[in-house]
Amino acid sequence: MATLDIKNMKVVYEHPKALINMNSHYCPGCTHGTAHRLVAEVIDEMGLSDTTIGVASVGCSVFTYNYFDFDFVEAPHGRAPAMATGVKRVRPDRIVFTYQGDGDMISIGTGEIIAAAGRGENITVIFINNANYGMTGGQMAPTSLPGMITTSSPHGRDVEKMGYPIRASELLATLDGASYIVRRSLHNAKNIRMAKKAIRMAFESQVRGLGFSMVELLSTCPTNWHLSPIDASNWLEEKMVPYYPIGNYKVHPVLNEIKI
Amino acid sequence: MTREFWKGNDAFAEAAVRAGLQAYFGYPITPQTEALEYMSHRMPELGRPFLQAESELGAINMVYGAACTGARVMTSTSSPGTSLMMEGLSYIAGTEVPMVLVDVVRGGPGLGNIAPSQQDYNQMVHGGGHGDYHPIVLAPASVQETVDIVYNMFDIAEKYLTIGVVMIDGSIGQMMEPAEMPPMLEVRKEIPDWAVRGGKGKDRRVLTSIYLAPEDMEKTNLRMMKRWQQIEKNEIRYKEYFMDGAEIAVIGYGSAGRVALSAVRAARGRGVPVGLVRPISLSPFPKQLVREVAEQVDSILVVEMNSGMMLEDVLSSVQGRTHVEFYGRMGGIIPFPNEILKEIERISEGTQKDAGHPRDLWLERMDSIVQ
Repeated sequence: MATLDIKNMKVVYEHPKALINMNSHYCPGCTHGTAHRLVAEVIDEMGLSDTTIGVASVGCSVFTYNYFDFDFVEAPHGRAPAMATGVKRVRPDRIVFTYQGDGDMISIGTGEIIAAAGRGENITVIFINNANYGMTGGQMAPTSLPGMITTSSPHGRDVEKMGYPIRASELLATLDGASYIVRRSLHNAKNIRMAKKAIRMAFESQVRGLGFSMVELLSTCPTNWHLSPIDASNWLEEKMVPYYPIGNYKVHPVLNEIKI
Repeated sequence: MTREFWKGNDAFAEAAVRAGLQAYFGYPITPQTEALEYMSHRMPELGRPFLQAESELGAINMVYGAACTGARVMTSTSSPGTSLMMEGLSYIAGTEVPMVLVDVVRGGPGLGNIAPSQQDYNQMVHGGGHGDYHPIVLAPASVQETVDIVYNMFDIAEKYLTIGVVMIDGSIGQMMEPAEMPPMLEVRKEIPDWAVRGGKGKDRRVLTSIYLAPEDMEKTNLRMMKRWQQIEKNEIRYKEYFMDGAEIAVIGYGSAGRVALSAVRAARGRGVPVGLVRPISLSPFPKQLVREVAEQVDSILVVEMNSGMMLEDVLSSVQGRTHVEFYGRMGGIIPFPNEILKEIERISEGTQKDAGHPRDLWLERMDSIVQ
């Protein structure tokens, strides 16, 4: 009978060091966990966990600082880019990133995010777009799709009355201060790998002082979408990706030279 | 050091720089804008961060972020801007990090005007932001006093991990007076133990105002209130003028207190036994002093550039021990000394009406003053 030669085995996959090994408060099937893991893996790979200060926002990810093993501050709803600006301006030697949902970033925090991107603030934004307000129970967000049923658009989002969704990546990519603006998705393995590469690129942008970087991550919210995790991933692919195309909206030429 | 002519807004900006200010974030608003403009050249020339934010919301949250790193940081604004900053101030208070705010108060509510006023008393002293918190609020009455208070406010705010507010009215921000600048302090190099810096594992620090478990929130509330008790014990500031043998006490702060001093001097010249108490710390309020003054005098006249916001704090300290009257001007109007003198003489002649709240009686008298 063959025995496992544990001594000579090579670790090929492990819990990221920058992610604390604990249960999270996120719902089963929610892609916040995936996004957290990707950020933590990138922080580990780049060796940034003792130089990083995270900025948490308000929404489901309000407790994100419980899961990352490095310094964090917690911003008021929507103000994370301004708070991150304050941290970065006095500590330009630190890596500063915000982790924000769609209600936080592109509804209540629209002013702060556009201003930070316009200034070319040398921070990174991880933007979770799950097309609704998750923490408060699934209300309509600026990102909710036309016709989408939410607890505050019970008959579906009527664009004549409630307006159209905002495509944040396309919007921010128009600003000269932005160095790296891309949209990725977390609905399957291939896209998750692409998302990780993008997160890496965003942090590389900050390390190089190239200015504002943001990775938009299309994410699932099985609980509020009233779908199983698998159905939620399929819904994301079928409904969200066509409205929010995956792609690179702005890439600083210097970043094209980086091979990961 | 020599005395130089300084405009109030420039002067407090320079005083903050000399106190070792590490970062300034602000937004233009009259009558405070000169401070922002001053910082826009002064901070970069010293290699320190200056940033004009997108709004007062942006500015206060930049201050919040910088304060979490343990940096000496400030912003300055005027009343409508202060209203916008209330959200951030509540969060900063709840996170227990120090910062300094200079509020150059103008007439309100709403857009109001850009003239000097004291209408921010309630929103600063009694906390305009949500939750149980008390900022320290000091109200100087001259450019020199503003310089000295701003210079020291950082130490006070850091000692108690609290918000230090210097509240002046637009006239102090806008006028030029001789002032002596304090010496330039070195920018602090060491990071306070509680501040975020980029640490992991056991050195990890998280600064937040969220305490989801009510028991934890209550513990934090109680900790902050204990700290406030210490502030109430240690940080009372005021000045008294001509209070020896006074039978009438005028109580006023900032510019109203300064104008009242002219009236008190004139009244003393006419033999009226009147003195002035000028509270400098509005929060904590000098309750004990006002109580003692109430025991000494026959009447108190509160003078403010609002509808009697501090009056309520005076009344709750006096608790019926003596007769209290009120005189205020609103809308960005500074009272003239002779207006206050007339009030002092009316009180000394004993012609005041007995019944009613001082504010109601004042409103009646205002009918003949404001046509």
